[in-house]
Amino acid sequence: MISKRLVEGVDERLDASSFIARNLKKVFPDHWSFMLGELALYSFILLILTGTFLALFYVASPEQTTYQGPYQPLQGQSVSLAYNSVLHLSFEVRAGLVMRQTHHWSALVFMAAIVAHMLRVFFTGAFRKPREMSWILGVGLVVSGIGAGFTGYSLPDDLLSGVGLRIAYSIAQSIPFVGNWLASVFFGGEFPGTALLPRLLALHIFIIPLAILGQMSAHLAIVWHQTHTQFKGPGRTNETVTGTPVWPKFALKSVGLGFVTFGVLTLLGGLFQINPVWFYGPYVPYSGPSPSQPDWYAGWLEGLLRLWPNWEFTIFGVSIGELFLPAIVVPGIMFTLLAAWPFLEARFSGDREWHNFAQKPREAPVRSALGAAAVALMVVLFLAGSNDVLAKYLQIEVDTFNTVLRWSTFVLPVVAGVATLLICRDLHDRPRHPIGRPEAMTVRRTTAGGFEELHEPRAGAEADDEVRSP
Amino acid sequence: MRRPDRFVAGSFIVAILAAFGLFIVYLEGGQTQLEGALLFLTLGGIGAGLIVWAKTLMPQIVDETQSRHHAPVSEQDEEAAAETVLVGVDELKRRTFLSRLLIGAAGALGLAALFPIRSLGEVPGDTPFFTKWKRGSKLVDVEGNLVTTGTLKVDSFTTVFPEGSVGSADSQAVLIKVEPDLLQLPTDRAEGAPDGLVCYSKVCTHAGCPLGLYLAADHELRCPCHQSTFNVLNGAEPVYGPAPRPLPQLLIEVDDDGTLRAKGDFTEPVGPTFWNITDGRA
Repeated sequence: MISKRLVEGVDERLDASSFIARNLKKVFPDHWSFMLGELALYSFILLILTGTFLALFYVASPEQTTYQGPYQPLQGQSVSLAYNSVLHLSFEVRAGLVMRQTHHWSALVFMAAIVAHMLRVFFTGAFRKPREMSWILGVGLVVSGIGAGFTGYSLPDDLLSGVGLRIAYSIAQSIPFVGNWLASVFFGGEFPGTALLPRLLALHIFIIPLAILGQMSAHLAIVWHQTHTQFKGPGRTNETVTGTPVWPKFALKSVGLGFVTFGVLTLLGGLFQINPVWFYGPYVPYSGPSPSQPDWYAGWLEGLLRLWPNWEFTIFGVSIGELFLPAIVVPGIMFTLLAAWPFLEARFSGDREWHNFAQKPREAPVRSALGAAAVALMVVLFLAGSNDVLAKYLQIEVDTFNTVLRWSTFVLPVVAGVATLLICRDLHDRPRHPIGRPEAMTVRRTTAGGFEELHEPRAGAEADDEVRSP
Repeated sequence: MRRPDRFVAGSFIVAILAAFGLFIVYLEGGQTQLEGALLFLTLGGIGAGLIVWAKTLMPQIVDETQSRHHAPVSEQDEEAAAETVLVGVDELKRRTFLSRLLIGAAGALGLAALFPIRSLGEVPGDTPFFTKWKRGSKLVDVEGNLVTTGTLKVDSFTTVFPEGSVGSADSQAVLIKVEPDLLQLPTDRAEGAPDGLVCYSKVCTHAGCPLGLYLAADHELRCPCHQSTFNVLNGAEPVYGPAPRPLPQLLIEVDDDGTLRAKGDFTEPVGPTFWNITDGRA
C-alpha cells in the first residue's frame, strides 16, 4: 500500500519530492464537457485490454478450411482460417463474444468521444494559442482512429469487410502513377492478394495503436504542462486556474468515470449484438451484402463516394479515376484545413494573444457559424453513406433521395451557418442568455387582491459576463 | 452511516457480489448477456462508488486557485533559447563539406531503406489489363457447372467464371438473358451476345464491388455499394451513380452442344480506372 516509507523511498532515489508535491496538488477545472476527452482515453484503455484478449485467438490467414464449429448455418462451408478463428472466438471461447463485442463497441464510443471532445474544443475556442499543438495531435488521433477502426473490422474476413477492402484497393489504385503498384504490393498481388491479413493485423495491433499511444501521451503531457482552459467566472483570471486538486479528489472522480465507462461498454458488449460476422458469411469476391455500410465514423467518407458525380478525366495522358477526388483529395483537404484551423483563425482575426479562457460559442459568432456549417455538411455526408437504407425507410427512390442530398450538401451548411451567426450575434448583444437556470421569484398577494412578482437575482448569475476576455 | 457513505458502501458491495457472480457464470460455461450485465455491475459499482466518494465525502478538499506557471516567455528568454539552438546549428554548418556529406549519407540511407518495400509483394506488371478469360474458355457457374443456352430463362442472370477459375476476383462476370430484339449493341459486339445472352464484367467500374442486383424490368445492373447503375441492353453504359465507364463486355459464342465459350478476354480492362488504363494491352 501507499505508505510513508514507500513514498520516501522513491523520493530518496529519484529526488522527486518537488515533482510529486507540484503535480499532486495541481488543480483541474470542473465542467461536464471536460470529461469527453477522458471518455476517449478510458475507451482506448478498454480497447487495449479487450484487444489483447482477441489477439490471442485471431489467426491472420486467408487459407481455406471447412467450418465444423457449432454454428449450424455455416457448417461444411469453406471459410478462411481468419474467419474460422473469429467464429471460434465468438461461439466456443468462454467470455470470447463479450470481449469481441465490447471491443467493437469501445471503438465506436472511442471515436464518438474524440469527435464530441473536438467539437467542444472547437466551439469554445480552447484550441487557441498556446494550445495549437494539442489540436493538431487531436486531428492526428481522429485519422489514426479511423485507420484503427477500418483495419480492425477488416480482420474477420467476412463478406461485409471484404467489400470494404475491395473499395480500399480501388481507392489506392486510383492514385496517379503509383496507385497500381501500391495496391498490388500492399495486398500481395492483384486483389484479393495473398498477403493482406497479416499486414492488416500488424497495422491494427501494433503500428496504429503505437501511433495512437504516442499522440495521446503527447496530447496529455501538453495539457498537463499548459494547464487546462476554464470558463470565465468570479475570481478567475487568464493567469490562474481554479479547480479540484488532482490528489485525491480529481483522481478519484476521474478513475470513477473510467470504471463507469468500462461498465457501460461491457454492458453494450454483453447485451447488444454488433458486427455479427456469421450473418454476413465468409468473404467471396463475387458476392456482396446489400445494404452495406461502414462503421459510423467512416460514414461521411462513404457518403462522399456515393454523392460524388461520375467525373473522370485525363491530364497529359494520365487517367484520373473517379475515386481519386472524393476518396483521397477531398478528405485530404478537409483534414488539412481542420489541422490548420487554429493558425487560419489567428491569421484572419489577427488575434495572437495567449488564451486560457474557454469561450462561449456566442462570443465568436463567425467561428461558431463556420463550425455549424461544417457539422451540417458532415451530417449530410453521413446520411448519404446510408442513402439506400434511408431511402427504403422513407419509402422514396434512392435516386430522388440522392438529388435531395446533393442539394443539401450546398444548402444546409449555408442555412446552418447563417442561422448560427444570427443567433450568436443576437445572444452576444443580450446581457444574459435567455435559456438560463430558473430564477428565484416570490409571488406576493397585494392588499388590493392582485399579485406581484418579486425577482431576486440568482447567485452568480452575473458571473458569466463579469470577467471579459482580457 | 450517512446517506452518501451508504451509497458508496452499497456500490462496492454490488461490485464484489457481481464479480463473484462472474466467477459462477464462467464456471457454468459462460453466458454472454449475463457476463455483460455482471461486468456492468462490477465496473459500474466501483466507478459510481468512487465518484460519489470524491464528490460528497471529501468536503475538506475545496476548489483552489493556482498560478498556471505557464505564461508567454519574455522576448529575451525566447531569443536566448533560439541563440542556444542556432549556435549549435552554426557549429555544424561551419564544416560545409562535412555537413553536406552527412546530409548525403542520411539521404542515401533513407533511399536504401525504401527498397525493402518492394519485397512486400508482386509488382502489378500487366495484370490489371488482363483476366483469366481466354479465347475458348468455357463458361461455368459458381458451382463449376458448365453453362449452356438452356441455363437461363429470359430476364434471369447468373454469375459465371472461366472453367478452372471459379471464384477469380477479376474474371467474375454476369451472364444475363434478355429478349434478343431488345439489345442495342454495336454490330461487332452483338455477335458476342447470341440468343440475347449478354455477358459483362461483374466488377463495378466505380469502386470494384461485385454487381449483385439485376433489375429485370429496367434491364439494369445495380451495384449494392454506391448504386451505380448500368443498362445491359446498350453495352452496360452507366445510367446512374458514380460509375464513370461502361462495364467491359465478354463476347461469347455457342458450341454445337449448346455450351458457351468466351471469344476472348473482356473488351476492356475490368474494374475502376487506374492511371495508365488507356495504355491498353500493348
